[in-house]
Amino acid sequence: MGSVWVFAELVQGRVAPGALELLTKARALDPDPLAAVCFGPGAQQAAEELGGYGASTVYVSSDPSFSELLLGGPGADTLARLAEEKRPDLILFAGTYASRDVAGRLAARLDVPVVANGLDIERDGAIVVTTAIFGATQVVRTEFGAARPALALFRPKSFAAEPSGGGPPQVVEIPAVVDDVHRAARVVDRSAEVAAGPSLEEAPVVVSGGRGLQDPRNFDLLHQLADLLHGAVGASRAVVDAGWVPYALQVGQTGKTVKPTVYIACGISGAMQHTVGMRGSRNIIAINKDPEAPIFRLADLGIVGDAVQVVTRLIEELGNRQS
Amino acid sequence: MNIVVCVKQIPDPNTPGRLEPGTHLLQRDGVDAVLDPQDEFGIEAALKLVEAHGGEVRVVSMGPERAVDAIRKAFAMGASRGVLVSDARLRGSDALTTAKLLAAAVRRDPFDLVIAGTESTDGYSGVVPQMVAGLLGVPAVTFARSVSLQADTLLVKRQTETGTETVEAGLPCLLTVTTGINEPRYPSLRGIMAAKSKPFERLTPADLGLDSLGGEAAGQAVVSVEPAPERQAGEVFPDEGDGARRIVEFLGRVKVI
Repeated sequence: MGSVWVFAELVQGRVAPGALELLTKARALDPDPLAAVCFGPGAQQAAEELGGYGASTVYVSSDPSFSELLLGGPGADTLARLAEEKRPDLILFAGTYASRDVAGRLAARLDVPVVANGLDIERDGAIVVTTAIFGATQVVRTEFGAARPALALFRPKSFAAEPSGGGPPQVVEIPAVVDDVHRAARVVDRSAEVAAGPSLEEAPVVVSGGRGLQDPRNFDLLHQLADLLHGAVGASRAVVDAGWVPYALQVGQTGKTVKPTVYIACGISGAMQHTVGMRGSRNIIAINKDPEAPIFRLADLGIVGDAVQVVTRLIEELGNRQS
Repeated sequence: MNIVVCVKQIPDPNTPGRLEPGTHLLQRDGVDAVLDPQDEFGIEAALKLVEAHGGEVRVVSMGPERAVDAIRKAFAMGASRGVLVSDARLRGSDALTTAKLLAAAVRRDPFDLVIAGTESTDGYSGVVPQMVAGLLGVPAVTFARSVSLQADTLLVKRQTETGTETVEAGLPCLLTVTTGINEPRYPSLRGIMAAKSKPFERLTPADLGLDSLGGEAAGQAVVSVEPAPERQAGEVFPDEGDGARRIVEFLGRVKVI
């Protein structure tokens, strides 16, 4: 096919994993050429890594505005100018907050359609993107019309990132387009929610809690259990919104997507908003008081019972094995 | 300040969604419709700002005729007036078409701030607000967890994947709000009564000078919808004091311990 671009977002100056996943997938579309676009301080240094995943050209702008302001405005405007000049067929984005801001605004700017929440993409004459709806119970295939570039956003971990073994890319510096409008919104402070132990997205075991834990203090039990299993703690949106745990722990549509070896859902009913972020787990264990809870339809092992009691006993048993 | 809240009526999220066979459009007949619960947080945020600083909250929506009920709910909560963009041809509109109509409806009157949810509960593309901001030529500050106004500057704490950011934004701008930003109020009886007489306009795309927009103008088309491969259902046991032991055995089988 014609040229395909991957928008590579930087997080704290480093390439976010989504871009590497998308470059890996884009190689299979047989693009001519495959390019990456990377904005913000650190873009120059990121180019080599992007080349290692198959980008033959990397368009970079290291302008500090991309991190001092919100990425959406200047990101979309800079990308729009570049796209008007180079005319790519397809631009792929990871479905992160900042990339959503860029893709949405770019679509309005260029008057082209965007498909969000993509899980797969193929080129079969037309460009077809696969998405899932209704809590991932239905798979939808959407075909782009003739307008170019086609824009598509993908759920995290839709593809596994693999280096291409390719040589260093051609790095092309481009000017940032920063309209005064965007200078009206400035980032004045950033703070990270840091967690001990393995990250939620990388951990082989995820122990998640929901309303069924009854009290925010019972999350301590989940941390103990996660420590024993070298895992990470997750949560449903209900308890994040209730302020029990920080947003960084949220698994689901508006949170993280995880695919661990084992996912243990404790007191989580299994609303679609949640399951869309964990149904790709290799094994699912659910503990819930309600035998009708939808989570049991996904579970490889279901225990109908009080999550606090079962987890407490589980910690005891695992503790005994280790001592 | 003049605040416009974008709202959407959706099929009751507690009932399983269905698509019409053949057309791949959302089945609306026989399904209860509600104001997207996500939008109540945007309405609440707008009402709070206006209560503290003066001004007016209006709502705009695109949808079928009966979406007027969603606007009435916003009225009952305290919004002052509303616009519904409605036309049979708009069924199946994509995100960009929706955004163009919403932006045109917002632009009819002066505005300082536009508020929307981060994404709709039923479609969740999560890009419509950014498109509206782009079409209006204002910055979009997304995923707000708290918002306050100091002099003429919005102070927004926003969620990111790794933590939080504090953003200072001049007006006009667009804000998307998370469900953690506030506790939406319940409409009072007085509010429900007052909702019936609040000014409400029903507009077509032609009224907004966007006559060419409609489902057939969408730049994308659904070509198939199929059930996702089911996960093989596992075993479910009542906990008779042996639940923890069963889990330990399972963890051993999959070699996690």
